[in-house]
Amino acid sequence: MSSGHYVEISHLDVIYDVTKGIFSPKQLVHAVNDVSFTIDSGETFGLVGESGCGKSSLGRAIVGINKPKSGDILINGQDVTHLHGQSLHAFRQEVQMIFQDPYASLNPRMTIGEILTEPMVIHNLYRSAGEREDRVTELLRTVGLKPDHVRRYPHEFSGGQRQRISIARTLAVNPRFIICDEPISALDVSIQAQIINLLKAIQKERNIAYLFIAHDIGMVKHISNRIGVMYLGHLVEVGNSNDVYFHPLHPYTKALLSAIPISDPDIGKSRKRIILEGEIPSPLNPPAGCPLSTRCPLADSTCREMPKLQKFGSHQVACHHINPSDIA
Amino acid sequence: MVDLNNCEAVLRVPVTEIPDEWFERLSDDEKDSEFVAMQSKTYFEDTWAQFKKNRLALVSLVFLFILILAAVFVPMFSPYTYDGQNLMQRNAASSWQHPFGTDKFGRDIFVRVMYGARISLSVGFAAALLNLIIGVVYGGICGYIGGRFDLILMRVVDILYSVPTLLYVILIMLIFGSNIFSVLLAICVSSWVGMARQVRAQVLSLKEQEFAQAAFVLGASRPRILFKHLIINCMGPIIVNTTLMVPDAIFTEAFLAFVGIGISIPMASWGTMANDARAIIMLYPMQMVWPVLAISLTMLSLHFIGDGLSDALDPRKR
Amino acid sequence: MDTNNLLEVENLCVDFETDQGLVHAVRDVSFSLKPGEILGIVGESGSGKSVSMYAIMGLLASNGIIRNGKITFDGEDISRNAFPNEKAYLHSMNKIRGNKMAMIFQDPMTFLNPLQTIERQIMEPLLNHTSMTKAQARERALELMVQVGIPSPEKRIRQYPHQFSGGMRQRIIIAIALANNPKLLIADEPTTALDVTIQAQILELIRDLTRKSGTSTIMITHDLGVVACLCDRILIMYGGKLMETGTDREIFYSPNHPYTRGLLSCINNPEAEERELVPIPGSPPDLLKPPMGCPFVDRCEQAMKICKIRMPETSVLSGTHQSSCWLNEALRRQKGGRA
Repeated sequence: MSSGHYVEISHLDVIYDVTKGIFSPKQLVHAVNDVSFTIDSGETFGLVGESGCGKSSLGRAIVGINKPKSGDILINGQDVTHLHGQSLHAFRQEVQMIFQDPYASLNPRMTIGEILTEPMVIHNLYRSAGEREDRVTELLRTVGLKPDHVRRYPHEFSGGQRQRISIARTLAVNPRFIICDEPISALDVSIQAQIINLLKAIQKERNIAYLFIAHDIGMVKHISNRIGVMYLGHLVEVGNSNDVYFHPLHPYTKALLSAIPISDPDIGKSRKRIILEGEIPSPLNPPAGCPLSTRCPLADSTCREMPKLQKFGSHQVACHHINPSDIA
Repeated sequence: MVDLNNCEAVLRVPVTEIPDEWFERLSDDEKDSEFVAMQSKTYFEDTWAQFKKNRLALVSLVFLFILILAAVFVPMFSPYTYDGQNLMQRNAASSWQHPFGTDKFGRDIFVRVMYGARISLSVGFAAALLNLIIGVVYGGICGYIGGRFDLILMRVVDILYSVPTLLYVILIMLIFGSNIFSVLLAICVSSWVGMARQVRAQVLSLKEQEFAQAAFVLGASRPRILFKHLIINCMGPIIVNTTLMVPDAIFTEAFLAFVGIGISIPMASWGTMANDARAIIMLYPMQMVWPVLAISLTMLSLHFIGDGLSDALDPRKR
Repeated sequence: MDTNNLLEVENLCVDFETDQGLVHAVRDVSFSLKPGEILGIVGESGSGKSVSMYAIMGLLASNGIIRNGKITFDGEDISRNAFPNEKAYLHSMNKIRGNKMAMIFQDPMTFLNPLQTIERQIMEPLLNHTSMTKAQARERALELMVQVGIPSPEKRIRQYPHQFSGGMRQRIIIAIALANNPKLLIADEPTTALDVTIQAQILELIRDLTRKSGTSTIMITHDLGVVACLCDRILIMYGGKLMETGTDREIFYSPNHPYTRGLLSCINNPEAEERELVPIPGSPPDLLKPPMGCPFVDRCEQAMKICKIRMPETSVLSGTHQSSCWLNEALRRQKGGRA
């Protein structure tokens, strides 16, 4: 079954039951719909999409916060959707997660020292208190904070500093795979680059694979080897980050890229944007067939059928209307 | 480091007259780029600073403290005991020997009120403690596990809550007899429900917070997440609720004693003293005043403390 | 001073009283706005960009104090000091807001009343500030809804805010803001809460509508991309102080202040070739104890001793370009301006 990839996700479905009350009709949200992709060891896979596209649900399904409805998640060839006991404990050491909101992801009643020691206590690493202290100091250094911060509480730190503490916490168990769930979107511009560069430096040193989830495709390009674009629960385009970024094939990827405000007044003010009309459909009531068909400039009757993810050059795209001249 | 003593001269002069040496580069050590903003204040210090601002609560706290000391030491050092009768001095008015006077058996009312404080306060605090333990554990587990389990357990709570307290009291008295433990049991049977509901609601929302999910992803065990991450973060409402439980329990005990249920003579609680004085209220109204005053002041001060705590622990106020 | 300016702000200082002490949120900020101009105010959280605008509009929270500053709007002095008491000030600001001066907020739901129909909420500024009849106001409301691109306005005007999506709500807010053809529109991060494809729609809308009506706009944002695509002139704020101001091309193509340069190097420019991001080290300053000198000193690569203790004077680089940095003085000395 294993194809040699470090992480292999195949035909993953995540469905939420959002029925209100006991007697109302059942309402299901198909948050992740038949998504498959792979991540190699030490690689960064960027997952991009707008709110409600299912990118966070996917990340949460991998670490087991949500239970997937169907599909497989193989890490190192082992299915991780049904782990128990010892193997689950080992999995928790291998796969970690960084969260979006640096103000909510640290327990406000614990000092920084306690926050960083907790993972070692849970996994019984470094038995003696002295060793653990040394390790905390080392972790703080890694993320650019001072060792004398250990007795401080999270509320005394700025957003960027807290996010670095979060990163240090995940590193405490020496993971090989970290899911970064929008780790920079709550931060200021000058801090975002700090976090991106820190994550890159850590990856270089420790050969950790990342699943980097974000809505800002520009920042994602900077850290990712490959990018996947999601829309309404579907993966619509996958490819090497430069290919996806500079030669997008799917109409949604094209629109997403052209919607980014460019920080260059001459280009920014004159550029013609592809503006997608209308709003993102409700995930409760998605359109039949291609999810983009309600907003897509190319949509026609063939789009009533769901397009499959197909190989076009170095990309995989799910669209009926790929223009062969676009393929680089 | 930049010499700050010497800088007055630089601040006042026109720009062109600032000496050139001020335009030397700072080394990285001279910058403080990773400073941590606020001064460190622990949760306790912060709460205390907020609490102190509320004068009424502070006075109440002092009053309660004095009352507890008096309840412990007055009966120990007084020449009188709660049941020592002196038939020569029945129904005496206030005097130096008997500051609150004596009752119809010539017992010193001051000592009896202080002795009653022991009973009332211990009932109050014991009930609050039991409530705390049962309510927090029950509510915490319900909220954390959630789903069908929570639904069933919370319906059990609803049923417990819907039966009138007096019914429990009568049943418990029938089985265990009329003593202080029955009273305690009767108070506790239904009053932990409020605490359980509150803790459940808090835990239900806190468990969706990212720090709880981070603990889950780190592999923390369920009890660890529940107690070290969730319950510790709802300490505010728990403390306030516990504080307000004390006066409730004291009042319930006094009420039960007043209607003749609870501790037996010659022991005194504020409720039984008020009951004793009821028969002779037209002749000796002061005998009624002392226990009632004790009840009211204690209730008020505990409520003020509860109010002060709820303000001091309110996260929106920081 | 230029009397043609629509808005003129001089030496604005705003403090906030908190439990920890006084927070000096805005310190000595001056700028002006010409009619029809789109001005971008860029800064990170805590830079004082929103607070200074709220001070202008008279919408500061109750613990905010305007320490100093003169605000002239449309030839009228609207600083707090120009009025004998709080009541007179609030009364006159209420007459200006929603009429000559309008605003758009980051989160539309804080501004829309969830219990009222859209119709009533768009008509409200019209009925309050003009002599329109109800029928006329309704007519104008429908017209506004068409302008901001809400489909089937006849039907949707009777709906409640919760029946609209985030992007649509922001369009409604824009309709309300533009109802009385304001001279000044202040937009506080209007697209931050929206998705990129919706953000593009809203920015386009704001640009088209304000250009058409000649409304001056102040755009508060942290996103340099948004100002590049929208604004004529840009203010860069940091730690409550004004760092640099200039036209869009001056700021983006010849930035002077190290903070501006730092900001530009840590954002991603999609059209440019592949390069590493260069972050600004460290964290923003503590406004409870602001540095004596330049607020950026502790994060600046080129900081000098003087930067620690004295705030630099403004250097005029061109008619429109000004920057507050000691490096300009250092450069002048190097060139041999003085021994």
